[in-house]
Amino acid sequence: MAELNTGDGGGKKGDKKVRSKKQNSKVDLTAMVDLAFLLITFFMLTTTLSKPQSMNLGLPDKQDDPTDKPIKVDENRTMTILLGDNDKLVRYVGLLATPVAGGKPKDFTYGKEGIRAELINRKASVLDYTKDPKKGMIVIIKPGTKSNYRNLVDILDEMAIVDVPTYAIVNDFSPEEKKLLEGK
Amino acid sequence: MAGKSSKKAASIDMTAMCDVAFLLLTFFILTATAKIPEALPVDTPSSTVQTKLPETDLATLTIGGKGKVFFDLKGREVRTRTLELMGQKYGVEFTDEEKSKFALMEGIGVPVESLKQLIGMKTADRSKAGQPGVPKDSLNNQLAEWVQNARIANIELNDKELQIAIKGDANEEYPSIRKVMDILQDQKINSFSLVTGLRGKNF
Repeated sequence: MAELNTGDGGGKKGDKKVRSKKQNSKVDLTAMVDLAFLLITFFMLTTTLSKPQSMNLGLPDKQDDPTDKPIKVDENRTMTILLGDNDKLVRYVGLLATPVAGGKPKDFTYGKEGIRAELINRKASVLDYTKDPKKGMIVIIKPGTKSNYRNLVDILDEMAIVDVPTYAIVNDFSPEEKKLLEGK
Repeated sequence: MAGKSSKKAASIDMTAMCDVAFLLLTFFILTATAKIPEALPVDTPSSTVQTKLPETDLATLTIGGKGKVFFDLKGREVRTRTLELMGQKYGVEFTDEEKSKFALMEGIGVPVESLKQLIGMKTADRSKAGQPGVPKDSLNNQLAEWVQNARIANIELNDKELQIAIKGDANEEYPSIRKVMDILQDQKINSFSLVTGLRGKNF
């Protein structure tokens, strides 16, 4: 491919000098162009891909005023998700003492077959129950003290995938809920 | 004769193409910003959400290594101003040289009192220094002060509300994340971003 015509006509000096000079000046640039485009591709990709992804999270206002009463919601619309250590995940629907049909505390796994299927089912059944698209499912996420950050991001990600209309991160645990996380 | 002419057509003059290629290459090299090494490397969890982080008006709180928190801020002027405000608050005088050095630094994870020494170090030594993290307990809540002063500085200089991003290690326990969120919520910052890696659509 690359040809550098040197030494050609080295013996015959004189009338053919001009010609040999002209031939020498032509260098094959293919390899150089290849290299340049390779580097361009590299820099283009690294500049656009280096921006980190992010996930927006909005938290409710902190209630400092103890006289403020928490807002009451219909327990048939709520699902509570408890996050424990070693990727443990427990969910119940409704109130813990009186769960909705099929909503007894149960262990789930993260991901497609686990909590996501359950979330999609519940979302549909809540809409059936309220018959009002504005009153969708409410998910309460309670990350335990042993849970890690990955669990939290995973479950928030599920919220985004399933498109749960309302969800909140709540930090207080009732003794029964603690037992659920620690038990078994 | 026919064979000769086809041989000629096979070699094209590459000079112009080479010129263009190198022009583009130069452009991309110059626009690519040098990546500042992270003070506290963390392994972020991944998510399917694909919102990009803003390039300016951003403070990043990196949480990793058993509850250590590092503070990082975008924008040279904002950084300088924040450092001045922090210096006033804690009675530490920073020289102009230190300020300009701080403006180009990576995230910091030391109390304000020992910030002077950190600025004085070489970049290579800084990452090895074993920074203890910004103090964030209730008696000496410097993290809250950093955030507060960075917000003030950003409003003064850019007239925009500062965005806060939390960059947590995937294996960090929830209480240390919650502690940082609480500090932000105490300042009525209820909306912030969580930095995550990218995950495939088929998750």
